[in-house]
Amino acid sequence: MQDGPLCPSCEHPMSDLIHRPTLPLGQRPKVLEMSRVGKVFNGNVTALRDMELTVNEGDFISLLGPSGCGKSTALRLIAGLSNPTSGRILWDGGQGRGDLGVVFQEPTLMPWATVAQNVYLPFRLRGRSYPEVRSEVEEALSLVGLSAFLDAYPRELSGGMKMRVSIARALVTNPRLILMDEPFAALDEITRHKLNTDLLALKSNIGCTVIFVTHSVFESVFLSDRIVVMAARPGRVIEELAVTAPYPRSEAFRTSADYAAHCQIASRALHLAMGEPA
Amino acid sequence: MTALPPLTAAEARVDAEEARRARALRVDKVARWVLPVLVFLILIGLWDRIVVWNRIPHYILPGPGLVVETLIKDWAILFSALLVTLQITLMALAVAVIGGVGLAILFNQSRFAEMSFYPYAVILQVTPVVSIAPLIFIYVENRTAGLLLCAWIVAFFPILANTTLGLNSTDHNLRDLFRIYGASRWQRLRYLQLPSALPYFLGGLRIAGGLSLIGAIVAEYVAGTAGIGSGLAFRILEAGYRLNIPRMFAALLLIAVCGVVIFAGLSFLSHMLLRKWHDSAIRRES
Ligand SMILES: Nc1ncnc2c1ncn2[C@@H]1O[C@H](COP(=O)(O)OP(=O)(O)OP(=O)(O)O)[C@@H](O)[C@H]1O
Ligand SMILES: [Mg+2]
Repeated sequence: MQDGPLCPSCEHPMSDLIHRPTLPLGQRPKVLEMSRVGKVFNGNVTALRDMELTVNEGDFISLLGPSGCGKSTALRLIAGLSNPTSGRILWDGGQGRGDLGVVFQEPTLMPWATVAQNVYLPFRLRGRSYPEVRSEVEEALSLVGLSAFLDAYPRELSGGMKMRVSIARALVTNPRLILMDEPFAALDEITRHKLNTDLLALKSNIGCTVIFVTHSVFESVFLSDRIVVMAARPGRVIEELAVTAPYPRSEAFRTSADYAAHCQIASRALHLAMGEPA
Repeated sequence: MTALPPLTAAEARVDAEEARRARALRVDKVARWVLPVLVFLILIGLWDRIVVWNRIPHYILPGPGLVVETLIKDWAILFSALLVTLQITLMALAVAVIGGVGLAILFNQSRFAEMSFYPYAVILQVTPVVSIAPLIFIYVENRTAGLLLCAWIVAFFPILANTTLGLNSTDHNLRDLFRIYGASRWQRLRYLQLPSALPYFLGGLRIAGGLSLIGAIVAEYVAGTAGIGSGLAFRILEAGYRLNIPRMFAALLLIAVCGVVIFAGLSFLSHMLLRKWHDSAIRRES
């Protein structure tokens, strides 16, 4: 990741275009609040029941849970792709849906467009011309380490590189909230490890707010400051854990006792969520 | 250059295998052209020998030499006929593209339009053009317009069907992404659906190219010998009445070449448009 000047308020390297200082917990403004949000499909499948979640600026929240517990459903509700059958999702104290970036499990790039054109997409859909936003596009791509691939087509990239393009596209507009639905689940272990480290550096660098869906206890502990553990049938939140280790977290965090302890707690909660003895 | 260490046995084996594979690839490349040409030459030779040995009269089966001779001798007539047929074919193809893509977009944008008109597009497609053509020439005064209409009826459907499929084959996640970014209908069509549909459209176009030639020829047959501006089919009919079999063969040859050229041209166009990104146009080293 790129080094730049340091942010005056938090002393992390700051990229000049995309940066939000992360305030200490408790002082962060609220981004969004879900209260008693429920979703029932076809009148009988309860995908989500009474979900409560407050997202503050700078949060990195993981939704952790077994398959079918409504993680994707929660993200789709937040993204406004479907409407809750009960409860409310309030943005910013009620000013309507905020600016979003989304990363799916697949890179979801347009194969006919170059890397730069793919990252330019959110701006294009808002009627901005390419010269107007070129610097933002190039900045976002340099943040994910792909400056040399502006004119490449997606098929020329590896799976991990495609995912990086997808991440660059999600953060290019400097959105209030980035949603990630198991973005690294389809990648090999080594690539995934690297992307986790880089995503964390990115988070420290630009101070984005992220909701990250995952199946992996290790991923959720390494990345997030809050882990929301969910259970299935009906989909619901059963526990919210805080990971107190401060950002930026280095590679050394992965081998620390703190990390191991958090993993143990999260695993226990996940076993509970799956209805097995811990 | 620095000297490399000598190859180990395993490396040498791999190298030999590489070389064998490269050789096989080269042989393949040459064979792809040489074999069809060889078959062609053998068939022509056989044809010629059969005609000579059996003393078949030229009004039953002319030899290949005579056909080529006729082609050269009647070039003026045949070439102007070719131009007429080609003109109808290309115009029909152009109208099929406009009509096919236009209808596909209309059907895609309006479900009610699709429900209302799609069945009629199918009916038009499944009814043999030979059976509709006589009616068309009764009601359509202008001969060229009649020919064009016939050829269009045959050619537009594959474009309509393929483009419709393509417009509906967009990636679900990309569609969600467009929604999240608040894309308008027009933006979704322009930046997502049309590019997704391009490979499908080009597949339809290749089929439609051949069909519009068939449509034009069939329409000419039905339209018969009425007057000016007569195409290749007319020349074939005329030559048939006069038992000028060599000219029939020459005209047939021109039609076949025409069809091949259209197909090759459209395949090339398709390759050029897709080579950067679509799987169908990417040559893999295997
Ligand atoms: N469109 C839909 N129609 C009907 N049922 C649905 C729909 N989408 C999701 N469901 C149901 O809602 C439940 C939760 O689904 P969801 O996709 O949110 O789970 P998930 O936690 O994302 O699972 P995974 O980890 O496998 O992606 C599942 O039981 C699923 O069958
Ligand atoms: Mg899911």
